[in-house]
Amino acid sequence: MDLNFSDADLAFREEVREFLRNEYPADIREKMDRGIRLARDDFMRWQQTLHARGWAAPNWPVEHGGTGWSATQKYIFTTELALANTPTIMPFGLSMVGPVIYTYGNEEQKARFLPDILASRAWWCQGYSEPGAGSDLASLKTRAERDGDHYVINGTKTWTTLGQFADWIFLLARTSTDVSRKQEGISFILADMRTPGISLRPIITIDGEHEVNEVHFENVRVPVENLVGEEGRGWTYGKVLLQHERAGIAAVARSKYRLDTLKRLAAEAPPGGTPLMDDPVFRRKVAAVEIELLALEYTDLRTLAAVATGGAPGPESSILKIKGTEVQQAIDELYVEAAGCYAFAFTPELFASPDIPDATRIGPPWAADTAPHYFNGRKVSIYGGTNEIQKNIIAKAVLGL
Amino acid sequence: MDFSLNEDQALLKDSLERFIQGSYDFDTRRANVASELGYSRETYAQFAELGWTAVPFSEADGGLDGGPIELMVMMEQFGRGLVIEPYFASIVLAGAALRHAGDDDAKARWLAGLIDGSLTGALALQEPQSRFDLANVRTRAERSDEGWRLTGHKAVVLNARDADVILVPARTRGRDRDRDGITLFALAAGTPGMTTRAYPTVDGMQAAEVILEDVQLPADAVLGHEDGALAVLEAVTREALLAVCAEAVGIMAVLVEKTVDYSKNRKQFGLPIGAFQALQHRMVEMFMEHEQTRSLLYMAAMKLAAGAPDVDRALSALKYQVGRSGRRIGQEAVQLHGGMGVTHELDVAHYFKRLTMIDLAYGNADHHLSRFAA
Repeated sequence: MDLNFSDADLAFREEVREFLRNEYPADIREKMDRGIRLARDDFMRWQQTLHARGWAAPNWPVEHGGTGWSATQKYIFTTELALANTPTIMPFGLSMVGPVIYTYGNEEQKARFLPDILASRAWWCQGYSEPGAGSDLASLKTRAERDGDHYVINGTKTWTTLGQFADWIFLLARTSTDVSRKQEGISFILADMRTPGISLRPIITIDGEHEVNEVHFENVRVPVENLVGEEGRGWTYGKVLLQHERAGIAAVARSKYRLDTLKRLAAEAPPGGTPLMDDPVFRRKVAAVEIELLALEYTDLRTLAAVATGGAPGPESSILKIKGTEVQQAIDELYVEAAGCYAFAFTPELFASPDIPDATRIGPPWAADTAPHYFNGRKVSIYGGTNEIQKNIIAKAVLGL
Repeated sequence: MDFSLNEDQALLKDSLERFIQGSYDFDTRRANVASELGYSRETYAQFAELGWTAVPFSEADGGLDGGPIELMVMMEQFGRGLVIEPYFASIVLAGAALRHAGDDDAKARWLAGLIDGSLTGALALQEPQSRFDLANVRTRAERSDEGWRLTGHKAVVLNARDADVILVPARTRGRDRDRDGITLFALAAGTPGMTTRAYPTVDGMQAAEVILEDVQLPADAVLGHEDGALAVLEAVTREALLAVCAEAVGIMAVLVEKTVDYSKNRKQFGLPIGAFQALQHRMVEMFMEHEQTRSLLYMAAMKLAAGAPDVDRALSALKYQVGRSGRRIGQEAVQLHGGMGVTHELDVAHYFKRLTMIDLAYGNADHHLSRFAA
């Protein structure tokens, strides 16, 4: 057993740090550090910055533009990006549909879609869940019926994150109802968001933001060449995609950054006040979360080490999503507690643009966003397969129950 | 031993229940939250017509002589309806401060208006540095030729933007955290030197930062005894604690009902999700947390009504339980509603938000656990 990175890994880490010091756009960094909402262009520009260095898709095969990094290098890269407080890389193109296309798509689809995904020229969104199909995703009802050279799609998808920014959507739709299992007869289809008949209804989330959408398909004609892989095999492809959604969901490095920042903020106090970090009760709560996070970090590293030495992730990897989201939510709660009375202020308009000075915010500049952030963060134990579904999977697949 | 309401209390409960169920639907509330005022003046006027704004005041002051039990009965229903009208700020906080200060001139000037609903009030209990310490008052009042000059900053004052009178504790003697030397002042809206910076709160109400810059007040702006306001603030806070806890219990009851109901109707894997034992047990936990909290609510209300010597301990037990159980019930209600639980469209999200924020009001669970253990 050895806790240390190799010299080569340390050199790589320095390379990533240097890149972040030099190439992370200052205006985006400022928005992230001040908690200002990012625009579509900010996400795209950051991903394009990574692409310019050849680092947009560490998980892709080299022939499609991947980096060829070892598991350890990928881990270091992800960690350094989080510790530098860089924007979340939108997963829909690079982590979800990209791998499905290079694994199951035909040569024409690879040539047509992968370059734009890799270069973040196209924004993708997902069409998985439906109003009646959440945890039980296979009960989805959206239909894609063959009509000559087209599929005609009818149905409703929901929880489509940032669909209002998207150029393309990938969706699971039923191409056959004559099946013995509901997982059969589902196909994986790509659709241009400008296709007539596609419309979006914003769903305002608990924090007042327009983050997700319902996407309605009304007689939407999509060319059959947009079918990925074989008709009726979409469920298999979709499961592969969801595994990519789960990877990285532990968000260890991002939680470390958030917790370290919180400790720094809670060590400050306005004149005449006492820093909350001086309160032994609060310190113990922070410490308890920190220990949980430390355990998670080493669970994550065990998984990493298994993969790095050519093995498969062990059963411990199944807990990463559950524990990772629990830690994220616990940290969100600590922020609200630290904000105290200023957690009450609801002032999203003051977080809309870098031109609005921090001094105009209510209370400490970081405080007014803490409650909305906590409320919104309740989603992380719901999306990507609820934590209840995750436990069902562990019970069945790991414990053999 | 008797946990039942008397006839008047039962009538009061019926009156609120009917109103909340019949006339306070969620879509109207949502529209009112989004309006410029942030609540409905018409609705608040109805509260006064129904006599609710008079309940906590003595008959001599034009009230209905209600006490903690009546307050509890009303606030529980306000919790069920997620009421956003400024009853709490105006009657439970400002009205109580006027009652407890026992200042006849101030009562004569303001109480009739608060009771008939034509005026509203606010009480500035917090400062940016004070956290949960009522005695941490840095706002200073110094004697001037005409009377007093106030300078300071009051934080997150409910209803401050629209209040006709804002009651402001200020330090007239001693150091920042001394228990003695705090005096309560009544500031009419528009007093020169007083500015408010208003904003909505995450739980659908209205608050403001109140900035006092060389505010000149006449000598008679003092409310009650000079230097002795802390006892008034503590008395008000006891009632405020009971009130928000009753509100929380009303919210808990709704969240348990709605979650159980949803789990009977939402089907996944061919079954209502309520058929899954893992979820059943979690709803049973929610139910138990709610009942345990309700028990402490009744206990604390009766102790406050009786003037029991250990009332502060009782209120701390209650507030701790509200914080702990509220967190659990709120989080579980959202989780069991799945994605819908984190949408602005569903009322559950709004109940969860208010329940969450109640923990941070007047001392959170940790604060009250420490106070109980002391």
